[in-house]
Amino acid sequence: MSAELLTFFVFVLAIFLGFELISKVPSMLHTPLMSGTNAIHGIILLGGMIVLADAETTLARVLGFIAVAFGSANVFGGFMVTDRMLQMFRRRKS
Amino acid sequence: MSTGLGLIFIGVAISYILGIKFLSSPRTARLGNLLAAAGMMIAILATIPMLRGINSPAIPHGQNLNYWLIGIGILLGLIGGAIGAYTVKMTAMPQMVAMFNGLGGGAAALVGILEYLTRYHAGLKITVPLAAAAFFPVTIGSISLSGSMIAFSKLQGYLERPVTYKGQHVVNGFILAVIVALWVYLLGFKDSAAIAWVLLAVSLVFGVLMVLPIGGADMPVVISLLNSFTGLAVAADGFVINNISMVVAGTLVGSSGTLLTLLMCKAMNRPITNVLFGAFGKVSEKAAAEAGTKTVRPIQPDETALILANAKQVVIVPGYGMAVAQAQHEVRELVENLIARGVEVQFAIHPVAGRMPGHMNVLLAEANVPYDFLKEMDEVNPNMDMVDVCLVIGANDVVNPAAKEDPSSPIYGMPIVEAYRARTVIVMKRSMATGFAGIDNSLFYKDNTRMLFGDAKATLKEVIAQLKAL
Repeated sequence: MSAELLTFFVFVLAIFLGFELISKVPSMLHTPLMSGTNAIHGIILLGGMIVLADAETTLARVLGFIAVAFGSANVFGGFMVTDRMLQMFRRRKS
Repeated sequence: MSTGLGLIFIGVAISYILGIKFLSSPRTARLGNLLAAAGMMIAILATIPMLRGINSPAIPHGQNLNYWLIGIGILLGLIGGAIGAYTVKMTAMPQMVAMFNGLGGGAAALVGILEYLTRYHAGLKITVPLAAAAFFPVTIGSISLSGSMIAFSKLQGYLERPVTYKGQHVVNGFILAVIVALWVYLLGFKDSAAIAWVLLAVSLVFGVLMVLPIGGADMPVVISLLNSFTGLAVAADGFVINNISMVVAGTLVGSSGTLLTLLMCKAMNRPITNVLFGAFGKVSEKAAAEAGTKTVRPIQPDETALILANAKQVVIVPGYGMAVAQAQHEVRELVENLIARGVEVQFAIHPVAGRMPGHMNVLLAEANVPYDFLKEMDEVNPNMDMVDVCLVIGANDVVNPAAKEDPSSPIYGMPIVEAYRARTVIVMKRSMATGFAGIDNSLFYKDNTRMLFGDAKATLKEVIAQLKAL
């Protein structure tokens, strides 16, 4: 199997996994779930880092820099804001 | 990638999977988020040895500058993200998520176009699958960026009403056709840096036009959809730069986000196409005719306090009005007071109350209301006939009986909290203005309904004061 096909294989499996994982989420957690998965796609920061390290022109540096800053805000802001929401959920004291 | 790094990235992927899994239960949700965050930190650190030139004894020319830029960029994003995350009010959470999502989408688009341009200018051969994987994030990421910014503006109140005009579908259809044509040209005919930029620009325009006609009440669905768009764009970038952890993370977000979007539409009993293309705002003729002739029965805070104090069972239905008035802390105080008097209190939470699914849960959690007081709509509705008082605080469309009674209403068929079945309904509302769906609410004119007008926060304070004086 070629490397591309293997990646594609992983991609298809991940689609099904994503569906399975959240099929039973109570609606009370939809906001943190949306916010938490939002933070996970901030992994684009890795892409930004790799692209910026490869940059050879000013244009590439500017665009790569924006990509890194955006991705970084997405990752860090996303996880922090989700945590801030979730730490407020508590059960009745008994 | 070395075997060691490969194994690390497998661990990182597992942290995301478990993170999302744990996010689906209130007991483990926080742990889940922290787990995913820890995985992300490891992924970032593990990427450093993969950066170009970092292991070579002589660092290539200009490379130091790139490393500096990476560090500064991460730091800037970290500071900006932290300020946003820790200063945003809980009521403004939907906007914040939209903003972070848009930034992620923009980053995905930039990574896609940069990868393409680098190969193009280096004169490398660009295969069709590779080009498709690069143009996908350029298109979808750009739509996510500009669409999220419009969603942000709407939720922030800069652009309240849906923007509609004649021939809108034709214009949007035309722009979409242009995007398809650009793809066909780039993939089928000729590589071109200029056309790739045009693709990015047209996609940005499409994102704006796509979200403009959608009303504020439907923004949760839009944000969720754009969230999954960004996920898929990131996955495609993962293909291009051959980073499998990006493929896994992006795809997980893409597919779980798509399912979440569909679940939300199901809760509103509207197909996704209706949310995206059928702008709300048409006033039901039946409701409009009724509104002209019927009168409402106002009530004052002192009488409200009396009714509440003498009730056995009270159900509170919070809505966006509670969020706007920042009244969640007063709501908790009221509930504590009633419980001390032996009144049984529950909250009935509609899945799409507020501007984000689960928005009310977040707000009440902020006000220290334990989550086991919060019941889902389906748990409360069967016993609604036994409820003495149903207190509706700033909710409108989610308690509108037209959803069950009036087939000509735009919300007909949407499941609602059946507040009208309670013995007495007290509706707290600023004025008689319609909800976000722009439709009148027949609940307000029912015989068992009393209207308590005023700002929710100020009025609740008065009710609490009266309760204490009883």
